[in-house]
Amino acid sequence: MHGARDFWKRFSRNKGAVVGLAILVLVLATAIFGPLLFPTSPWEMTGAPFQRPFDPEFPLGTDTLGRDVLSGIVHGARVSLLIGFVATLVAVIVGVILGALAGYYGGIIDDLLMRFTEFFQTIPSFVFAVVLVAIFTPSIASIVAAIAIVSWPAVARLVRGEFLTLRTREFVQASVVLGQPARHIIFVEILPNAVSPIIVAGSLMVATAILTESSLSFLGLGDPNLMSWGFMIGAARTVIRTAWWMSFFPGLAILLTVLALNLVGEGLNDALNPRLSREGR
Amino acid sequence: MQRLQFIAQRVLKGVVVLLGIIVLNFVLVRLAPGDPATVMAGEAGAADELFLQQLRKEFGLDKPLHEQLVVYVKNVVTLDLGFSYRQQRPVSDLLMERAPATLLLTGAAFVLSLVVGVALGVFASMLVGRWSDSLITVFALFFYATPIFWVGLMGVLLFSVTLGWLPSFGMYTVGANLKGAALAFDVSRHLVLPALTLALFHMAVYARMTRASMLEMKDQDFVRTARAKGLPESRIVRVHILRNAVLPVITIAGVKAGYLIGGSIVVETVFAWPGIGRLAFEAVLQRDYNVLLGVFFLTSFMVIAFNLITDVVYSLIDPRIELGA
Repeated sequence: MHGARDFWKRFSRNKGAVVGLAILVLVLATAIFGPLLFPTSPWEMTGAPFQRPFDPEFPLGTDTLGRDVLSGIVHGARVSLLIGFVATLVAVIVGVILGALAGYYGGIIDDLLMRFTEFFQTIPSFVFAVVLVAIFTPSIASIVAAIAIVSWPAVARLVRGEFLTLRTREFVQASVVLGQPARHIIFVEILPNAVSPIIVAGSLMVATAILTESSLSFLGLGDPNLMSWGFMIGAARTVIRTAWWMSFFPGLAILLTVLALNLVGEGLNDALNPRLSREGR
Repeated sequence: MQRLQFIAQRVLKGVVVLLGIIVLNFVLVRLAPGDPATVMAGEAGAADELFLQQLRKEFGLDKPLHEQLVVYVKNVVTLDLGFSYRQQRPVSDLLMERAPATLLLTGAAFVLSLVVGVALGVFASMLVGRWSDSLITVFALFFYATPIFWVGLMGVLLFSVTLGWLPSFGMYTVGANLKGAALAFDVSRHLVLPALTLALFHMAVYARMTRASMLEMKDQDFVRTARAKGLPESRIVRVHILRNAVLPVITIAGVKAGYLIGGSIVVETVFAWPGIGRLAFEAVLQRDYNVLLGVFFLTSFMVIAFNLITDVVYSLIDPRIELGA
């Protein structure tokens, strides 16, 4: 319990992080409970098209087909967060495994894995994601896979770095001398000590994943069955001159969510890596 | 001599990566659902049987995989990126036609983001804790979290629709038929919004990085020494801190060039900028995979070239870099 209180004390010292957490909780609540408040499908035509916002019936207006913009944003929260978190989780798992292998074994394995990682870091990641989703047809699975494929290298490099330093430490050397199997040393001895930077990087990656997802669906590469923020803006792009609200509000939703995740990530960094100086951030 | 060797090494590395991308393209087409010939032809069912057979022959799709790969690599190396069935033109022609517009856009955005970003970061680092520092920090946080297509649309709303200062789409005024300086001015007017849109996100990144890096350098021994020697503060900042603080930013800028080019797909879509990004968007809409893979190949090539240039620039700026290594 003491640890948790300490953690919160350090986290809450960063005011931005607390604000970010509050926004994030709000977005999460919207994603979980929002669709209960707006049970009708966000694809359904519920009013006249092009209704301006700040109207009691449609607070954020309606779109070109008379769909409720607020309902779209509420339902879109679920899609954005789901894709952001799942894609990050997959990327972290892949990155941790490859980074751990490279950092633990070193030598030729490290060389090969790092050349492989560099390759994926060199290719323009968003273009690659567009190609992947387009070729494998847009669906929640292909979008998650594409984002994970372009995101894992950063985790792999981070984990490799941690492993390189940790594996020379005495407690690791002791396990090696005791003849513990490599799998045990990697996952039980070293990995728990590398968790903090992974969590920080992961929280920032969720933010990037949400931005990438919104760009993909803006280009028409979203899952055609799911309402998403990027899709709403993409669909409203051509009527920006007459109907600003159709793209303004979904964009605001993306901005707030991503901002919240970035702020929380920085707070986590302060709370989990207290040794690092706070100056400069 | 050493520098030449260093550059040759980097070029070789770039070539290897490029070959990897060609192989990746090859694998992608084979992994895609459906017959590779229909994938190359564009939308399934849209191509006629005669054309499909021609494609199978051209790419040796009836031969074993490794032979197909050899044919494919040969084709790409000779700049034969296939044919766009949709547009009835060779992909390489389409790409060459669109490349200059994208280079102009990304080049402008690159310079803009780096120069303004570094300037803002330096400025903020010199005013730590004051309101202008906070303002720059908030600006960076904000644009770091904003989807660029939304920034673009809001820019159109503000500067084109509401204020009427800048054009909102295209690269030229349609039907104006301008020449010389008037043309250059016209293109620059059209360039402002897209370049700014593309640059803002990276500007935020570089501002944050420069600020952090400057603050880190301030406490270094060599800075203390310079101060102890009684050098004027402006010289210390300029020569001792800035030069060292900017190095990591330049490295990142080179690495991030890929993101800039990726972002151009979205920005060119918003502003109907006639470049490769817009071409990619059209290819996505029409499921014109040959064009899309061509875009992927060309943008990768551009990123590799960009990285090479930053490596060389870096080696010129940083006296510590070991060229032989």
